[in-house]
Amino acid sequence: MIAEKLDNLEKLVGEKFPSLTIEKELEALVLRVSPDQLIETMTQLRDGPGLDFTMMIDLAGVHYPDRKEPFEVVYQLLSVKKNHRIRIKVSVDEETPVPSIISVWGCADWFEREAYDMFGIRFSGHPDLRRLLSEYDFEGHPLRKDFPLSGKIEMRYDEKLGRVVREPIDMSRNPREPFKRKDREPYPQTP
Amino acid sequence: MGVVEQINNEVSDRGFMLTSADKLVNWARTCSMWPMTFGLACCAVEMMHAGASRYDLDRFGMGAFRGSPRQSDLMIVAGTLTNKMAPALRLLYDQMSEPRWVISMGSCANGGGYYHYGYSTVRGCDRIVPVDVYIPGCPPTAEAFLYGILQLHKKIHRTHTLYSGWGERA
Repeated sequence: MIAEKLDNLEKLVGEKFPSLTIEKELEALVLRVSPDQLIETMTQLRDGPGLDFTMMIDLAGVHYPDRKEPFEVVYQLLSVKKNHRIRIKVSVDEETPVPSIISVWGCADWFEREAYDMFGIRFSGHPDLRRLLSEYDFEGHPLRKDFPLSGKIEMRYDEKLGRVVREPIDMSRNPREPFKRKDREPYPQTP
Repeated sequence: MGVVEQINNEVSDRGFMLTSADKLVNWARTCSMWPMTFGLACCAVEMMHAGASRYDLDRFGMGAFRGSPRQSDLMIVAGTLTNKMAPALRLLYDQMSEPRWVISMGSCANGGGYYHYGYSTVRGCDRIVPVDVYIPGCPPTAEAFLYGILQLHKKIHRTHTLYSGWGERA
């Protein structure tokens, strides 16, 4: 955003929310909010005169393992009318839930499900907090820093059981060799 | 002299032609394959190119991609197979009518490819279904895909069985 416009927005937001810390980060305005103030702040940002952040662009989770509150939820808001943007950050630990902002922007539904899926961040008041991308019975949260890169399980078809089974992961196999099932008989050779 | 001309001459000369049953059956099988619509990622776009007018899978009698596994005998695994999709892939394969074939298209389906070390990818769809032809590439071009189809035709022509034994397995 243009520097002048950014300063104006900073002044406006500073007047509206005197208790919140405002930072500037890479030509963007960053507002740090505590979880219990979130819904109120978001509603004001959406409806407040001169703010008009009618659109939630993105919701992302971040994991900082060294921090006391290791998880951060980052919201990106856009005002279509005023053509300005703002970034909201909420820090929580693993147990504390972040209030769901579905009541403010309905589009937050799947974003929150994804953040829950990938980081295990809880959202209180979400109507359907299931995993979005991974299997519904996936173990762990894959974008956490302590999650192993190649995961914990892998899948193969078991000929005897007649279904796809999960096994603990084994990365020792040469990837250039075709996969050989231990339990299957070799194909009959054609004459 | 072309094959068609040869056959024409033979038929017009004698009024009939001789072949063996398995050759006839293999000819019928290769010239009328029914692929299943199974696009998982960007490879599916190359598969569509092969099906469209420029490369034209209809020339091989396999232009009609079926929406149901029960109507198809060729599964083209075109794209990344994830752990979430794996049981569904096997289910669809089991529902296909026999004799059935599988083409693994692209690096991801062949061995995980770009996502080999990922946490959610099956490292090769041959862990889930038996694969007949592997097509390398990321994604393979439509020409490479056609070449893979021709390889599968060759493979079918090499089989000398009419009955694949599906009755015992079913």
